[in-house]
Amino acid sequence: MTYRWSALLGGVAIACFHSTVMAQDIRIGVSAEPTSMDPHFHTLTPNNQIMRHMFEPLVSMDEKQAIKPGLAESWKVVDDTTWEFKLRAGVKFHDGSDFTVDDVIATFARTPNVPKSPAGFGTYVHGKTIEKIDALTFRVKTANPEPLMLNHLAQFSVISAKNQGAGTEDYNSGKAAIGTGPYRFAEFVAGDRVVFTRNDQYWGGKPYWGKVTIKPVKSDPTRVAALLSGDLDVIEAVPTADAQRLKADPRLITGSALSNRVIYFHLDRHREDSPFIKGRDGAAIKNPLNVLKVRQALSKALNRQAIVERIMEGEAQPAAQLLPDTYEGTSSKLKPVAYDLDGAKKLLAEAGYPNGFKITIHGPNGRYTNDAKILEAAGQMWSRLGLDVAVEAVPAANFFSRASTGGAGGMPEFSLFLVGWSAGTGEPSGSINSLIATFDKKAGTGAANRGRYSNKKVDDLLSAAVRTVDSAKRAVILAEATEVAMEDVAIIPIQYPLNTWAAKKDFVIVPRSDEYTLAMSFTRK
Amino acid sequence: MLAFILRRTGQGLLVVAAMVVLVFFGVHVLGDPVWILVSPEMTQTQIEEVARALGVDRPIHEQFLIFLKGLTQGDLGRSFVHGSPAIGLILERMPATLELAFVALMMAIVIGIPLGLFAGLKPDHPLARAIMAVSILGFSLPTFWVGLMLIMVFAVMLGWLPATGRGPVGHIFGIETSLLSLEGWRFILLPALNLALLKISLVIRLARAGTREVALLDYVKFARAKGLSPGRIVGVHILKNILIPIITVLGLEFGSLVAFSIVTETIFSWPGMGRLLLEAIQRLDRPVIVAYVIVVVCLFVVINLIVDILYSLVDPRVRLSEAKA
Repeated sequence: MTYRWSALLGGVAIACFHSTVMAQDIRIGVSAEPTSMDPHFHTLTPNNQIMRHMFEPLVSMDEKQAIKPGLAESWKVVDDTTWEFKLRAGVKFHDGSDFTVDDVIATFARTPNVPKSPAGFGTYVHGKTIEKIDALTFRVKTANPEPLMLNHLAQFSVISAKNQGAGTEDYNSGKAAIGTGPYRFAEFVAGDRVVFTRNDQYWGGKPYWGKVTIKPVKSDPTRVAALLSGDLDVIEAVPTADAQRLKADPRLITGSALSNRVIYFHLDRHREDSPFIKGRDGAAIKNPLNVLKVRQALSKALNRQAIVERIMEGEAQPAAQLLPDTYEGTSSKLKPVAYDLDGAKKLLAEAGYPNGFKITIHGPNGRYTNDAKILEAAGQMWSRLGLDVAVEAVPAANFFSRASTGGAGGMPEFSLFLVGWSAGTGEPSGSINSLIATFDKKAGTGAANRGRYSNKKVDDLLSAAVRTVDSAKRAVILAEATEVAMEDVAIIPIQYPLNTWAAKKDFVIVPRSDEYTLAMSFTRK
Repeated sequence: MLAFILRRTGQGLLVVAAMVVLVFFGVHVLGDPVWILVSPEMTQTQIEEVARALGVDRPIHEQFLIFLKGLTQGDLGRSFVHGSPAIGLILERMPATLELAFVALMMAIVIGIPLGLFAGLKPDHPLARAIMAVSILGFSLPTFWVGLMLIMVFAVMLGWLPATGRGPVGHIFGIETSLLSLEGWRFILLPALNLALLKISLVIRLARAGTREVALLDYVKFARAKGLSPGRIVGVHILKNILIPIITVLGLEFGSLVAFSIVTETIFSWPGMGRLLLEAIQRLDRPVIVAYVIVVVCLFVVINLIVDILYSLVDPRVRLSEAKA
């Protein structure tokens, strides 16, 4: 029997031509998709970095998060509670209209009032009243001294007064996506790409790229593959496992910056009987984390260098405090606690736990780079110290609600847990205020203090710092507050991750500490 | 026929209702979305305001009543993360997923049935053995690994096809599709093949088993004795009879291709609704999760109905009005 198979097996011809890409174009692969084109809808890195192309804040931050003039050309402190800003003249919105103080007023009005916004920029606008002097001059008044005025004004995008009433949908469609930034909105295809074109009228000179395409590629290996295959010119968030290989690849270059993020352990300090700590025999014991020597022992027993080298594959630095000491307001005295297992064992014995205790440590899985692996490594290191450690990595979606309110009576659930914190303002007062200051709903402090650490001295220094407008003096106070907290082992810092970008070899990368991936950070050689 | 369709639709609605209740209460056990959504620098008071604005501070039964009230007006809720209606987000991404699933299904049919027929007709032929061996690989290799290998080989090493994304989109009869241009096909080929691999293997096995059984039946022998051409025997008489189980399975598999293309969409960065679901779960975007489940359950109900109708067209012995639904 013969059957004619060839008729059934039709071949599919594939033409293999590549669409031409102009030298003026850049295609950037990012790890997470923006959720909206509304600049005030959600303060989230994947959103904020998109906004920076179209919109600008009044004050800008450079790649090291240092304050630079932006739409506001200059400013002065009139008195402790009044700042005066002078806007840049001749700035135009993408629709050709002039930028004036009225647009700033509209921005202040809209920013905290976006309907259904899960996390807007209200924090930065709250308590500031604006007063128009002339078309290009305005004053901002606050009830209390606000030393972080400039850092706050660097966070949110300025919109055109015409679009004050526009809803999130109008921004998503591009109708209201009109800013003063170096690139104009061209297209937003949810899940696939955001496209910008050059704003030839930009006040800061002609922007480098003619067309910017930003594509979310969530899967790490695919993002790397898309760079290797030439589909993308630049990728962000180079996976640590591939970093060394990409660095060695002659077709590529990489650029890294130490991030403003710290990965650390938070400790339960508000319960006498912490739910995940038991005696060696399983009996209830008094919370050993309240003993300074135990906390010091835990910190000493962590081999930070090994975590940085083996788990982060060199893409991190051992941490000593809340922010790397290149930032203002950090302490230059604090160094990462050196690994000293014998010293740690001695401290633990002195504290009255020569045989250790039973503990379950928790951490998110998939929220921070290699988070679950770091948690496991810490568990092993503490086992060597003589503790009976169980490690539980929880999916991130579940972790944060348990860590915040999962325990009895809506209290934080865990005893000792890994978390990360990034300092968006580029200085430590926000970190101290949220993580270490006493939990106080009315005062607005300690919202992320999930260990409920409380130290009067730190609180006093912090409240002195937030009233000090002189930045040099404030930096000294904040450094002291950090030193007090670290000596008391309020948290156990582990590492500061590096942010790494990779690009084709004819590119130049200016890496940013705030994790933002901006077309403005890349040029061709 | 009409009675059958009505009865089926009624049953489908019951299934949808049951799923909605299960999923609505299920996602509430996952965790509190407020802690994923808020910016870390917010104060406790601001965090509580967010919870109030999203309505997640209310007791769960109240939230359910609000949801039901919205449902009666066709409102499935607004995404916490995107701020836009959940159903809109899903429908916006649906054409991309349907297109991917459709191409994958076509691949399964066009590649799977001929290979399966061949393997069934000539079971001892070395090529037939090879086909069966490869189909085992298709079953057992994990999708994400195959996807990465496809990217490595065809995009990185050979540079023939793009690694990620969807091609330029056009419209035909109001349907958004990237299949109109050659460029669009270049983008869809790898993800569709990745998604289709398991289905191709499945179809090969079904077609082979069916063919082996049917080829020995009397009517085939009779057709041969009558002097019909081999092409007609296979193409009409055998093919038609092995199609029934294949249609059933492929109908259901199409549903699963649409609903669970999450892995492929994530790896190839395909802008479909599977990735939306994955991100919604990671961010506890409850309205999107619930809306997605409703859409998918409806889809399965409709597909089942279509499969039953197709059944009766292929096999006149099946009478819908009598079928126990």
